[in-house]
Amino acid sequence: MTVKQSRRDFLGMAFSGVAAVGGVISLGAMKRTWDPLPSVEAAGFTIADLSPLQNGELMTTQWRGKPIFILKKSASIKKNESRDVVVDDASYTVIIALCTHLGCIPTWAPSSQQFKCACHGGEFDASGINTFGPPPSPMVIPPFKIDGMRLVLGEEGPEYKKLVAKG
Amino acid sequence: MRELKILGVVIFFTALVYIGVEPFAHSQMHPKVAPADFMFKDLKTNNKIGNAAKGAENFMNAGCIGCHGLKSQGMPNPMDDATASASFGVISPDLSSAGLIYESNFLMALIKDPTKALKVEHKFNESKFHPMTKFYGLGGDIDQEIADIVAYLKSIAPKSLTNSEVFEDACQRCHDMKYANQFSKSDFTLLTKYMGSTAPDLSMMIRSKGKGYLETFINDPQKQLEGTGMPRVGLTKDAQAQVIAFIETTGDRKKAERESLGPKVIGFMFIFTILAYLWKIKIWRELD
Amino acid sequence: MAEITKANGIGDWFDQRLATKKLAKVMMTEYWIPKNINFLWAMGVVLVVLFKILIVTGIFLLMYYKPDVNSAFDSVNYTIMQEVEYGWLWRHMHGVAASMVFLVIYIHMFAGIYYGSYKKGREMIWLTGMAIFGLFSAEAFSGYMLPWGQMSYWAAQVITNLFGGIPLIGDGLVIWIRGDYTVADATLTRFFMLHVFLLPLAIILLIAVHFYSLRVPHVNNQDGEDLDFDKESKKYLDGKKKESKVVPFWPIFLAKDFFVVGIAMIVFFYLTFYHFNFAMDPINFEPANAMKTPAHIYPEWYFLWSYEVLRGFFFDIAGISAMDIGLAAFGFANVAFMLIPFLDRDPSVKPAHKRPYFKIWFWILLIDMVVLTVYGKLPPLGINTYIGFVAALTFLVLFAALPFITKKDAGGAK
Repeated sequence: MTVKQSRRDFLGMAFSGVAAVGGVISLGAMKRTWDPLPSVEAAGFTIADLSPLQNGELMTTQWRGKPIFILKKSASIKKNESRDVVVDDASYTVIIALCTHLGCIPTWAPSSQQFKCACHGGEFDASGINTFGPPPSPMVIPPFKIDGMRLVLGEEGPEYKKLVAKG
Repeated sequence: MRELKILGVVIFFTALVYIGVEPFAHSQMHPKVAPADFMFKDLKTNNKIGNAAKGAENFMNAGCIGCHGLKSQGMPNPMDDATASASFGVISPDLSSAGLIYESNFLMALIKDPTKALKVEHKFNESKFHPMTKFYGLGGDIDQEIADIVAYLKSIAPKSLTNSEVFEDACQRCHDMKYANQFSKSDFTLLTKYMGSTAPDLSMMIRSKGKGYLETFINDPQKQLEGTGMPRVGLTKDAQAQVIAFIETTGDRKKAERESLGPKVIGFMFIFTILAYLWKIKIWRELD
Repeated sequence: MAEITKANGIGDWFDQRLATKKLAKVMMTEYWIPKNINFLWAMGVVLVVLFKILIVTGIFLLMYYKPDVNSAFDSVNYTIMQEVEYGWLWRHMHGVAASMVFLVIYIHMFAGIYYGSYKKGREMIWLTGMAIFGLFSAEAFSGYMLPWGQMSYWAAQVITNLFGGIPLIGDGLVIWIRGDYTVADATLTRFFMLHVFLLPLAIILLIAVHFYSLRVPHVNNQDGEDLDFDKESKKYLDGKKKESKVVPFWPIFLAKDFFVVGIAMIVFFYLTFYHFNFAMDPINFEPANAMKTPAHIYPEWYFLWSYEVLRGFFFDIAGISAMDIGLAAFGFANVAFMLIPFLDRDPSVKPAHKRPYFKIWFWILLIDMVVLTVYGKLPPLGINTYIGFVAALTFLVLFAALPFITKKDAGGAK
């Protein structure tokens, strides 16, 4: 009697155990289905030509569907060694132009030399560092490689690695 | 009666929320602007009486035909669309209908000082020229010469145009109207570079901006959208009304159907409600 | 097996096979509702009607909508709005009904809070109801993305980014939800699936549970009176209808509901035909543009109060970043109403006007919700941010104070 009982227990547990494992494995498969596709992950590089930029001018481009700001710092804008991208002796702010709070695009206010986000009032300085409001961190510097006067976004060049090490 | 009191409370709070998030919030986000000024009072007026015949001569001599065409007079644009796009960023306008759709005071000020009349001085200056150069005169009284040119343009202008034609002449050099199958002939990439941003397709503008906004915007874009690259269009009141009518029939072409169906459906619901009320009274009579 | 005899009519034929007479009794003619109620008790049926409108209009929209970033906008604004016969009508009805569902849910919800219809055995009604509210929110959000206008895009961008605030897995989770590094085609298509299939299915199931959960503890009444439903229904069936404190669902209760539904439909169709901008934001008639955030960005009105709780905390407190505080408050705001049955320490079921402290709490909560909603839409500038902060804080304090307030009411009653 007791033997029978325990066998039934064992069979019941084995059965529900196998069913649970199957369930977990299929959940894993479903999770993977929601992952970005390889074609999305491989989404190419963006090349930005810095030569036409004037001092103090802001350029917008796109990388992996995200807006990128490239600001050529004029003499009146404070430099920031740990964030500036230096090309041909000029300093540039290169950032993914999405507010680190909830992802709106901030606008560049040349008069106050700030990036301001209209969504929740966040503010960043000219180097993209958060100075006021809800943004929790500075705007992100995308991986880049310097190629003459051109910036290749999406490739990790030695200058990018150096900045990451400093940050 | 208790139910009415409760209804009053429900209506009060619903109305409070509605007023707060709709009329009040929108008045905060979009401050009121002055109504459209079709006299263009900020521009100097020119009281000279123009002579159309002289204007025709001036038009040829002043070099207008270097860029502009007058199709109705057998003069096509001197440049094809691709060349014009490449040299200016935008195709140059044919002026056949200019005398009808643009206000004359605006036209005179435009010929004399294009960037000022168009209100694009923030974009164009000595180092970055506007494609249309100022008219420096032919040696005589410059205001008279300009008045003559405008008189000439008015004399050759058609008596009336359809809404779609006004749109084509006034807006379509930059803007597409996809849902009416009308597209700009300017090269899109070059135009974007010239304007500083993309000139949007106007198919759904009537729903996204609304009539009131368009009325002040077309007349003076800077008023609603400071710093925009779009020039002041300078349309007469009638021409602007035609443009807006065209935008409306393209973006909201079922408006008439909507507004005629509305009373029928609402009327039906009234009858439904009255009968429901009578039935309720009858049924509840044996309970209360 | 039941004995099947030759049927004496179609009704009998079905009754022998499906027990339809019994079913009608259980569901309709002998489903007892208290007589002492007002029109607020009709909101449930109004919601059912609105939900049916959403399903029917949705079916027709589904026939022409294309869930693809390149064709979504045109399929809605050209094909459906301009070409399809009555396509505009289905879309306007769909958009306005979605907005009105939330208005009626809020009325339904606050009536429940006012009359104490969430406790003493009615907890499951409240919890399933709040769960339906949550699912409707997800349904509204996923549906808002489909026209692929500027608001669709930026609402999706901002709301999916909220998940980035979850510690450790946040960043990866955002990409996983979107299926891309930014809101893109993959995002649109999966939210389309959620909107037209998974979420409606879940909502329908939950509505069934919600209705079922009403059957055991029965519907509450205006005075919170504990009725003996067996005794009262017997009186009714014995013909003492005037004396009985209950009425059957059909036809008595529904007769009143149909009248309320009629009024609601007059309002609904007025909004559909003449006053739809509040539910179909003009900005969303601009095609989505990943490179340009609209000057003013705000959610639909029914999300504004929780959105304002989120952005009300705009400065760091004690080293905790403003974003984390906002997210925590937002997270709490979304479950706060679920907790009401457990925060309320007063065991008696009474309307708010018979509970001296709770009454004050109720009206402050309602006013605070209105303030949060209005300031959730205003641009976050100057004084607005401080009013938003105070209102958001008030919201949290109100829920923290509920156990003490209700305890005091309970004590005073003795």
